[in-house]
Amino acid sequence: MLIKSIGRYFIFLGALFTNREKFVTYYKLVLEECVLIGIGSIFLVVLVSTFMGAVTTVQTAYNMVSPLIPDYVIAQVVREMTVLELAPTVIAIIYAGKVGSSMASGLGTMRITEQIDALEVMGINSISYLVLPKIVASMLMYPLLVIVAGVCSLVGGYLVGTVGNYITPTDYVYGIRFVFQEFSVFFALIKSVVFAFLVSSISSYKGYYTRGGALEVGVASTEAVTSSVIAILIADYLLAQLLVGG
Amino acid sequence: MIEIKNISKSFNGKEVLKDISGVFHKGMPNLIIGASGTGKSVLLKCIVGLIKPDSGKVYYDGRNFTDADINLKTEIRREIGMLFQGGALFDSKNVEENVRFPLDILTDMTPAEKLDRVNFALHRVGLENVNKKMPSELSGGMKKRVGIARAIVNNPRYLFCDEPNSGLDPQTAIRIDDLIGDLTQEYSMTTIVVTHDMNSVLGIGENILFIYQGQKLWEGSNKDIMNSGVKDFDDFVFANKVMSKIREK
Repeated sequence: MLIKSIGRYFIFLGALFTNREKFVTYYKLVLEECVLIGIGSIFLVVLVSTFMGAVTTVQTAYNMVSPLIPDYVIAQVVREMTVLELAPTVIAIIYAGKVGSSMASGLGTMRITEQIDALEVMGINSISYLVLPKIVASMLMYPLLVIVAGVCSLVGGYLVGTVGNYITPTDYVYGIRFVFQEFSVFFALIKSVVFAFLVSSISSYKGYYTRGGALEVGVASTEAVTSSVIAILIADYLLAQLLVGG
Repeated sequence: MIEIKNISKSFNGKEVLKDISGVFHKGMPNLIIGASGTGKSVLLKCIVGLIKPDSGKVYYDGRNFTDADINLKTEIRREIGMLFQGGALFDSKNVEENVRFPLDILTDMTPAEKLDRVNFALHRVGLENVNKKMPSELSGGMKKRVGIARAIVNNPRYLFCDEPNSGLDPQTAIRIDDLIGDLTQEYSMTTIVVTHDMNSVLGIGENILFIYQGQKLWEGSNKDIMNSGVKDFDDFVFANKVMSKIREK
């Protein structure tokens, strides 16, 4: 069953690139999806990442009990956690819950109300027309959301760290810049592109093949989030092993 | 003209269509009728290629659609207009965008030409000043008419209607039937209508194919239905008292 589903998923991906429409058609659709994904998710991303940075700062400061460890290490820990995991991975899980479920339920509803059939009858490759713009927009917008999340997380950490007297502003800024490796940001962006692809393609796949009625649309939406999260976690491990592992 | 030859289809071992053949003529409404669950919609979906039949062939003016490559299939499909049971209007687009959609995708018309064509199609189905309305703001009958406008906007050679008057009041249903009949003659299209509505059968059923339990049981026109000689067909046609009385007279 799982193997059949994976095989079907790859056939689905293959269909994205066959019998395509004019470039200008996709251009408009990608822009629409970018607005939908970007504007629609920005509030949640800012909110979650700001609190994530704030909590990480408080937790790290709470656990720094040794007087031999300088305060700026708190900021360094917040930076590393934010750039390597919190911004790309945790936000990806939130992204799957928000954007992924929306993609699955949107396509599922189109399926059960015969809108996808209508496209097919017109001679339009519905997979390519409906899904390709979502994937492209997702891969363009999610890295930007990750950058926003990273900045907000660090700002959140700064605000709570300085207002709560866990760390001085000078130490925080010093810690943020201390032994900074640019590759970490590059690594986070690679992860974000991969996660965006996984969330958008898996969610679209689940939605596209919905059968039945409103209940099944809900099931497809839930399955989309579950499968996306599992795929994110597996890909996170594989990428870590591949790019920074021994 | 559309010709189907020996179409069969099973789902999970259950035979839904059994060796159905028939010819659907140009310039007249061709009806596929039968009780609910007899395979009418499955047959229609086999004809338009939404479901692949297990065996049998579909020919569009002699062109083998079933075995066609992707290019020929796309070419034929771009000559098709279809009205779905629920309208299948795109929720995110307003009426004008819905009707314009085939023109946006399939033609190189200028925006002004497209708007003219959209307004013409909407006028043809008796809808005006609804361009900016969303599908959720329309009644069932209006949705069907917008669906017809979308189906005819690109001058299709083939028109398919799946239960065009289900869920509509009798007056609107007759108006929709008349519209389908008129458009078919006017544009000389090959039109196939799937229905179980006797008003449609009597009104526009010039060529009728009766499906019973997945098999073609009878073929003829609405002029022949009084004496078909097929019991299951008579049971379907004369199920209501009015029809029975008409037959007795």
